[in-house]
Amino acid sequence: MLTQRSKLVVKREMSLTERLYLPAIFNGLKITISHLFKRKTTIKYPEETRPVSPIYRGLHVLKRDEAGAERCTACGLCAVACPAEAITMVAEERKPEETHLYREEKYAAIYEIDMLRCIFCGLCEEACPKEAIFLTDRIIPSTYDRDSYVFGKDILVESIEAPVDVTKRQTQEVLEFKKDKKHYHNRTFNDAIKKSGLSGQK
Amino acid sequence: MELLVFKALLVVVVFLVSLGVAAYATYGERKIAAFLQDRVGPDRAGPFGLLQPIADGVKMFMKEEIIPSVSNKWLFILGPCIAMLTASMTGVVIPWGGELSIGGSKFDLQIVDLNIGILYLLGVVSTGVYGIMIGGWASNNKYSLLGALRASGQMISYEIAMGLAIIGLVMTTGTLSLKEIVHLQDAGYANIVYQPLGFLIFFICAFAELNRAPFDMPECETELIGGYHTEYSSMKLGFYLFAEYINMFISSAVIVTLYFGGYHFPFESLTGLEGNLLTLVQVLVFMGKVFFFMFFFMWVRWTIPRFRYDQLMHLGWKVLLPLALINIFATGIIMWLNGSLN
Repeated sequence: MLTQRSKLVVKREMSLTERLYLPAIFNGLKITISHLFKRKTTIKYPEETRPVSPIYRGLHVLKRDEAGAERCTACGLCAVACPAEAITMVAEERKPEETHLYREEKYAAIYEIDMLRCIFCGLCEEACPKEAIFLTDRIIPSTYDRDSYVFGKDILVESIEAPVDVTKRQTQEVLEFKKDKKHYHNRTFNDAIKKSGLSGQK
Repeated sequence: MELLVFKALLVVVVFLVSLGVAAYATYGERKIAAFLQDRVGPDRAGPFGLLQPIADGVKMFMKEEIIPSVSNKWLFILGPCIAMLTASMTGVVIPWGGELSIGGSKFDLQIVDLNIGILYLLGVVSTGVYGIMIGGWASNNKYSLLGALRASGQMISYEIAMGLAIIGLVMTTGTLSLKEIVHLQDAGYANIVYQPLGFLIFFICAFAELNRAPFDMPECETELIGGYHTEYSSMKLGFYLFAEYINMFISSAVIVTLYFGGYHFPFESLTGLEGNLLTLVQVLVFMGKVFFFMFFFMWVRWTIPRFRYDQLMHLGWKVLLPLALINIFATGIIMWLNGSLN
């Protein structure tokens, strides 16, 4: 009453047609039958997939270079960058006979991502100085136990026969950005030494 | 002897057909529900999911069978048996088609033409309450008992209006035999023309008798978990669910027989069909009509929400029962004015 905004609720008697209930039922039936002929919204998943963004962040891939050698050098920057601490790796030194397998002198003997921890933020990809790890538009298959969600190199490393296309995520802009030394994670060890002036003393 | 063999064969055929139709009614129900909700429905088992009822049946058989230790074991088993028995008994009096001539002798496509066919139907249908009541009582579970009480209260209440609605029909046709009712509709119009109000009451009561939405209180999941079949598992539950779909098939057939000309179709004499071909077409027409009504049952289920129990009783006793009585009197007065009442 103070605000003059209160409304008087009228409990109106229902009219005869409303009380008969049958007209309302027929209206309802009309609505439901119209849906019989409407386009179904179901996506039949395994055969049909929902369209995803070209830069969708799904299952990771560990890239190989043009010669088919693994690019990853087990520097651990991805593991450091990972906010979910999903990445584990064990580094190993390359033997002379393994030059065709690994690009540089150091490589990851074990590289594991726990897909249940991973939040698919893509920071590992941003941190990688060797263009080795990328997120792809592939979807992680579901399984019944937690252990099988820890993906090792057998799943993550791309096969030589069927390389995974990452050109949509590895654009020119991204490459330019990665060269920008303003960002801490873009600096290599050598850059860091140069900046600190330690190289002069050596 | 010949007749006996034919009738025995017909019994088996009718039983198998009603089982098959009931099985595929579950598939149809799921498909129609899905379509009305802009979904696709079961489509994994076989082409268009056509093997789904078989998969469901196998699933039902494979499930663990639980008989609660506090239940009355014999009654617990008897419940679904009665439900299934009464469901499959009603198909006996329904005329499925005209005459079939095999090797010179003619046979009716009706298992038995009882001269009290309608009374038999009502009798068997009211026995069906026992299946639900015994099942709910024997479970020794309060949800089951409440569901059974609701179901029997509902079915008994609506049987009265249903019976009275049929009386109007019996007055106009002057017979209780379903065969004769169908024949009378061949000569003139279908009975729906003479008994529109009676049909409406009968149809609404059929929903209630079948425990289907909007009268599916006996088994409403939100209030009573599963109603009278809460404690049932495996094929005993399957029997209850199956009996419901057989009932739906049979009651659609009864509606078609009583009000929509049975197996006759418009301009039947003009088509020039004769003999067994005509009978075949008649059976197909009959099944088409029945399937339409089964579709209508499903269509309504996915349109209207459930009644409250007091609304249900209000509708049954204070609306449908007086309307059915008015229908009887109106029919009588019109027949008296027509002079067809002698």
